[in-house]
Amino acid sequence: MHDPSNNGDVRIGFYICHCGHNIAGMVDCPAVAQYVGRLPGVAVSRDYKYMCSDPGQALIGQDIRDHGINRVVVASCSPLLHEHTFRNAVEAAGLNPFFFQMVNIREHDSWVHTDRAEATEKAKALAHAAIRRVRFHRALQTTKVPIHPDVLVVGGGIAGIHAALTLANGGKNVYLVEREPSIGGHMAKFDKTFPTLDCAACILTPKMSAVRAHENITLWTYSEVVKVEGYVGNYTVTVRRKPRYINEELCVGCQECIKACIYKEAKFPDEFNVGLSKRKPIYIPFPQAVPQVVVIDPERCLQIKTGKCKRTCIEACADRQAIDLTQKEQIVQVKVGNIILATGFKLFDAKRIPQYGYGRYPNVVTSLELERLVTSSGPTGGEVVLRDGRAPKSVGFILCVGSRDFKTNRWCSRTCCMHSMKLAQLVREHTGADVTIFYLDIRAPGKGCEEFYDKSLKDGIQFVRGRVAEVTDWALTPEEEGKLVIRAEDTLAGVVRRIPVDMIVLAVGMEAQADAQQVRRLFNMSCGTEGWFLEKHPKLAPVSTFTDGVFIAGCCQGPKDIPDSIAQAGAAAAEAMALIDRGYIEQEPNTAYISEEDCSGCKSCVPLCPYKAIGFDEARQKAVVNAALCKGCGTCVAACPSGSIHQHLFEDDEIFSEIEGVLAHA
Amino acid sequence: MIYSYFPGCSLKGLGRAYEESLLPVMRHLGVELVELEDWNCCGATAYMSVDERKACVLAARNLAIAEKAGPHDLVTPCSACYLVLNKTKHQLQDSEQMRATVQTALGTAGLTYAGNTPVRHPLDVLVHDVGLDVVKERVVRPLTGLKVAPYYGCQVVRPYATFDDAWNPTTMDRLLAALGAEVVDFPLKTKCCGASLTGTLPEAGLRLSYILLKEAKRRGADVIATICPLCQFNLDAYHDKLAKRWGPVRIPTVYITQLMGLAFGIPAEELGLNRCFVPMKPLPAAPAPAPA
Amino acid sequence: MQADLRPGAPTKVRRTIKYESERVKGFGREVMAVPGCDQLVRCIQCGTCSGTCPLSVYMDHSPRQIMALVRADFKDEVLRSNSIWLCASCYACTVECPREIRITDIMYALKQRAIKERMYPKRFPIPVLAREFTNMVSKKGRITETLLVMRLFMKANLLAVLSSWRQGIGLVRTGRFVLRQERIEHSAELAAMLATTDSQAEPAPKTNQEAA
Repeated sequence: MHDPSNNGDVRIGFYICHCGHNIAGMVDCPAVAQYVGRLPGVAVSRDYKYMCSDPGQALIGQDIRDHGINRVVVASCSPLLHEHTFRNAVEAAGLNPFFFQMVNIREHDSWVHTDRAEATEKAKALAHAAIRRVRFHRALQTTKVPIHPDVLVVGGGIAGIHAALTLANGGKNVYLVEREPSIGGHMAKFDKTFPTLDCAACILTPKMSAVRAHENITLWTYSEVVKVEGYVGNYTVTVRRKPRYINEELCVGCQECIKACIYKEAKFPDEFNVGLSKRKPIYIPFPQAVPQVVVIDPERCLQIKTGKCKRTCIEACADRQAIDLTQKEQIVQVKVGNIILATGFKLFDAKRIPQYGYGRYPNVVTSLELERLVTSSGPTGGEVVLRDGRAPKSVGFILCVGSRDFKTNRWCSRTCCMHSMKLAQLVREHTGADVTIFYLDIRAPGKGCEEFYDKSLKDGIQFVRGRVAEVTDWALTPEEEGKLVIRAEDTLAGVVRRIPVDMIVLAVGMEAQADAQQVRRLFNMSCGTEGWFLEKHPKLAPVSTFTDGVFIAGCCQGPKDIPDSIAQAGAAAAEAMALIDRGYIEQEPNTAYISEEDCSGCKSCVPLCPYKAIGFDEARQKAVVNAALCKGCGTCVAACPSGSIHQHLFEDDEIFSEIEGVLAHA
Repeated sequence: MIYSYFPGCSLKGLGRAYEESLLPVMRHLGVELVELEDWNCCGATAYMSVDERKACVLAARNLAIAEKAGPHDLVTPCSACYLVLNKTKHQLQDSEQMRATVQTALGTAGLTYAGNTPVRHPLDVLVHDVGLDVVKERVVRPLTGLKVAPYYGCQVVRPYATFDDAWNPTTMDRLLAALGAEVVDFPLKTKCCGASLTGTLPEAGLRLSYILLKEAKRRGADVIATICPLCQFNLDAYHDKLAKRWGPVRIPTVYITQLMGLAFGIPAEELGLNRCFVPMKPLPAAPAPAPA
Repeated sequence: MQADLRPGAPTKVRRTIKYESERVKGFGREVMAVPGCDQLVRCIQCGTCSGTCPLSVYMDHSPRQIMALVRADFKDEVLRSNSIWLCASCYACTVECPREIRITDIMYALKQRAIKERMYPKRFPIPVLAREFTNMVSKKGRITETLLVMRLFMKANLLAVLSSWRQGIGLVRTGRFVLRQERIEHSAELAAMLATTDSQAEPAPKTNQEAA
């Protein structure tokens, strides 16, 4: 708050940094120091080579002690780099760290000028502004916000599972919420994983079982987050648990009910097998599902839809009585301190590229559909077959379907080259068919991946560099009759080719989930232009977001393979654990605050806040700012019609005096 | 409904059957097409190959005349004209320099270009303005049993057509269905017929026409319906050369408007059907009315 | 280059290497400066254009290769190839290109350049057709197809008339053989309009052969 006592006897220490040649090369630092030294209130004015160094910081401390300096201004680089450094130096010398103001004369001055004289004049103006401003700085304190030790992990794929296990092993209580009836995500659908050709189920299912068995993990499948309130360290999350019509505590997964179902034949598209097989209204997603509990689809179950069924399933479960067709959805609320989003990806819809014939020609399949065909527990028992049951003698893989294309998705989906080569190797192994991969570039970074490419070549897979223009079913030569023909320019051989194949596999790219925008709004986060959840910094903070306490991991942040997803999951868990173990978070006091006497209760500010940080006290008819959520953007401050909202570090007198300082130097 | 009408050079020459069938069919549907006064050649692909600015001026003169004629949309049946006029509109919108050049040129004849006349294709007008319901109503002689392969060609669907899909257009398919015809699945419906190369480089150009004819026949089509005068000529006039070089593929190619005319009960002679090199067989006998 | 394997045939080899001096520096940038052609700089040489082009199998350089040669400033290779003339303007490449490069418009720009610099075989019918077309339109305002084709035969290939006799007879038989020259009323006006663009002509590009 405003502390007038200090205003009268202001003794400012001014320091201009040479930053080696970065600033001194364009700005005449001694001249600026001399100029500032003559301004009212300035007790000390120095120029120094490297203010951020130990001796530089020591200068400040020395002057505070020896010369009674009670305000400090440093003209150097961007506050993003060293504001914290100098505030610490000021605090170490016994002065409130917010009696400090930083002036950027590097990025804002020296680096954008080519004329020394002009650059120096600008430095003087900026410094003058800061001198006038710092006089009005108040003593402020950072606030400590406590962190609730529990964590919410949203998404039960490999990333979510790994994050949950890491946290749980660290002794933290974790809620793992998954939308599907089982955890496992996309990885549960894979046969073997590249580049090691490890069986996906064999390496995933132990982790899935560990999740189930862990005493620190509360697993809620077939559930979705519907509301998130609060702020870092203090989130209240509302979860909707959809009714499975099965009592999870009682079901042991014997699946007698599925056998007994009134539908003798499975009739409905099986989501796990991407529509390649059928299931009954009562089903278990896949044999290794966790939890090993059956689920009933209310859209398909005869009893639930019409009330007229023999209910043979209930009969079959007579001894355990686990089926409860009256089950309703449950709404539960939990308190957590941190949230990790690991909601994964969805695949590009190949129908958007009609040139490739998906949906038109039955033997054009996507990579995921082929994945289910090769899997021994899949719909064809591991037999790679055409729709009519024959084994293919020739298979063509088309890469970059939907990716690297200005008309659909501009990005590279990172995993499809490796994924396609893996599938190609498996297809050759299963069928001995001729396999040709049509590619733009082969991207095989990562350990063992270039070797995997070499193995693909050794396996006799043909590689044709040329983006496929189209797939047709009309023949120009006898050998093309009855086949699908790929027309592409073999750019390396320098000739256009027509290659007939029995089966075509489309390496569809990755995209953000269809509801990514809704989900990110739920968690008060951002998405990037490409639809992926936005990380705080693409290089330095890939798993944090701009919303404190919310982390992202895995493909929801961008396309990546399993090792990278797990690495990010571990990173997010570590970031969350760091907050929990520290126990509190320190908030920068640049928050808005409302002067109660002046507030008229008009509520103009409440909907404007992008961080939902302003609440309204109905009893007293006053708006209230939650300092923990406030990010200091200043929107409400500017909008308030009665001027009753102020912002620490950006008070009116501070801003106006800064303007005066610049103009004074005009 | 009234539209300005730009026939293009071909519809007065080799492609006259297109105009001969288009006008009565449109009249039958209550659509009046008013030919632009003193229109000039759009330039087609040839002028654009020589001088871009002149080509733009050439096309823009027609657009300016259309603007002067009234606030009606401009309908142009020829694919090349459709492409060039739309391309010119885009160029004049995107390039200030080109706009200035054109305005100066038009100014010498007292014309200006404002850019507010849409250039439409008859398929667009028939399906979206007139409506397939109205077309169906006017059918007195449904084309039942006639298997038609709809052939759009290139320059209507690519790259400027917004009224139909560039890869798999369906306006003509739906129009044919409304006429009662059996629409043959024809995946080559937007593949190039060879354009002017059939004359200048027959080895290349004619082969493209041959592939189209062969596949249409293989798919069981009785006739190919087209919307472009050059496509019609290429698919119609070279059967002797194709047979000599690659093999016989005798199948007639007519304009969609000629089929429409037949379905509306307009006599074949009035539709220019006698102008085909490969004549279309008379329609199958009218089906007996369904039993009550 | 196919080797002649007959016994006793002399073995001919040809050395093909491209030196930097053969590049006409700036040619690529000039082509890309034509409105609509600037996206060429983003070409990743994927080959979709060649793959979808119905004429690519007849071209000495596929559309993709032409794009690479243009970017690399190999002006002679590009303007002397038959590729630019074989483009039928079907726009399939433009619509399929994943980088949204207007390949057909680049082909047009190259055609214009080749005609301006007269870099095409003398009696090659395609540019001859283009030239005859523009002459007729500039003078009369419209073209009469039959007259145009006759002029083309005269200028490019007299003998072709003989092989197309069936087409000729067919056109007469079906009443499509129009001999009367189509013309517009205000042809002088049109000529004047077209002439105004000459005074506004841009200076010849730096890499113009004649300027060299």
